[in-house]
Amino acid sequence: MSLKKRETTDRLLKVVFKATGLITIGLLGGIFFMLLYNSMAFFVRIDPIDFFTGSQWNPSAQGGYSIFPLLVSTALVAVGSMVIAIPLGILTAAYLSEFAPKKLQSWLKPAIEMLAAIPSVAIGFLGIVLVGPGIASLMGLQNGLNALNGSLLLAVMALPTIITISEDAIKGVPQTYREASLGLGANRWETLFQVTLPAALPGLIAAVMLGLGRALGETMTVLMATGNASALPHGFLDSIRTITATIAIEMGEVPYQTTHYFALFAIATVLFLITLVVNLLGEYFASRLRKFHS
Amino acid sequence: MLVCLFLGIILLDIFSKGFSSLSWDFISQSPGDRMTAGGILPAIIGTLWLTLITTLFSVPFGVACAIYLNEYADASALTGLIRSSIRNLAGIPSIIYGLFGLALFVQALRLGTSVLSAGLTLGLLSLPYIITTTEEALKRVPNSMREAALALGATQFESIRDVVLPKALPGILTGIVLTLSRAAGETAPILFTGVAFFISGVTTSVNQEFMALPYHLYMLSTQHQSIEQVRPLAYATAAVLILLVFLLNTLVFYIRYRHRSLD
Repeated sequence: MSLKKRETTDRLLKVVFKATGLITIGLLGGIFFMLLYNSMAFFVRIDPIDFFTGSQWNPSAQGGYSIFPLLVSTALVAVGSMVIAIPLGILTAAYLSEFAPKKLQSWLKPAIEMLAAIPSVAIGFLGIVLVGPGIASLMGLQNGLNALNGSLLLAVMALPTIITISEDAIKGVPQTYREASLGLGANRWETLFQVTLPAALPGLIAAVMLGLGRALGETMTVLMATGNASALPHGFLDSIRTITATIAIEMGEVPYQTTHYFALFAIATVLFLITLVVNLLGEYFASRLRKFHS
Repeated sequence: MLVCLFLGIILLDIFSKGFSSLSWDFISQSPGDRMTAGGILPAIIGTLWLTLITTLFSVPFGVACAIYLNEYADASALTGLIRSSIRNLAGIPSIIYGLFGLALFVQALRLGTSVLSAGLTLGLLSLPYIITTTEEALKRVPNSMREAALALGATQFESIRDVVLPKALPGILTGIVLTLSRAAGETAPILFTGVAFFISGVTTSVNQEFMALPYHLYMLSTQHQSIEQVRPLAYATAAVLILLVFLLNTLVFYIRYRHRSLD
């Protein structure tokens, strides 16, 4: 090949590579625009105030387009899962990076990766056949498909994310901090809780945010394990239905371009904005950690 | 410790009950008798089709984008925007990709509910992961190798094609396989874009609807009219699905191990 030809190929491919980069921006924009466009069609028909303040999601009846019960349900399982996953995840991460012998580490890490790889339907399936009956017999309920079940499963699913990122954050704390603390007479536990963990805090918050983002957006697990009742929940033992589950169930059944169809895009937009904010917060704390290290 | 316990419980429960109804017939036959008997062959074939289309779409695209980011892009505002788009794409719930696939591929591009629409949707979902892992792999290639190639008179593209990519290949491969194992287990994005509970025969072209393992498990465990009766089938399907994902993961460990011993 002549030099000229080679240089043309080089320039051409540079443009192609750059185009793929630009398309990713277009993709995010496209998703946002698609959601917004279809939501607009919904808000033309239904008052946004009713949408956020009403108390019923019951699209087959007149006027039952309120996201409120779905939003409460989503928040309930997500918060519940974090209550379980945060202490467990951070302690596991601390144990892994501070105390665990090398050999155990090399076994635990692949185990955590495997846990992360299990498909969400499989976890949801366990919610039905294992966790559900367990909760039912422990609490004396008719069935165990409720918010508590969903929270437990989502906690298991968020754990790998939280552990991996927290561990990186804890490992990133300079060794000198620990040595200074130990040198002042603190024991290993005092050092962990009063020096190492506070120093890793931005990273830990980032880990929690990314775990929370995963729990908020999870569909199949909550769809299968939380009982699917779109009424306003009163506690962890009520059956619930999250935003994601509502979309998954109803989208297959609604006729194209009806109010109900657009309503599902509207709740998806709300979910999109919530996860976007959670992820951006996680990003912000992660970048603070990076600055701190450099 | 607890994490291992969770993993152990999950595996024990599914495998102990799944293997008892797992047989060669289960894997090699179509479902029959209104889904209460027979096997899952169409679902396995469907998942393979789906993964193939996802790969064909997301791998060239994702690798090209990673090459741009790591090899060409300067530290401009535009690059920052691309990077933050990718991070945010990774955080979008999978069900929203499903809606986007429905609006774009099924309706706007008129591909209908088909394995093609579903594969493209999963491809979009996989993109950010492939880009991130590929970029990590490219970053680990030492700069001196690029400089050496350029000094010998290679153009930048030639240096990437002949030096950088071969060196980064194991890392790129592990990223791709991990992403695909995740995509193969996804259910939410394919719900509205082409998956079907039952088709007669197996999927033979990209315009057809298809059966998929994760969706099959979902339907068997929640939507079937005689749920208790098909429970053994559901267990066996779960066992096959998890085995498939673990196989892909083991492949990743193997590639990593080989690569490490080469270094």
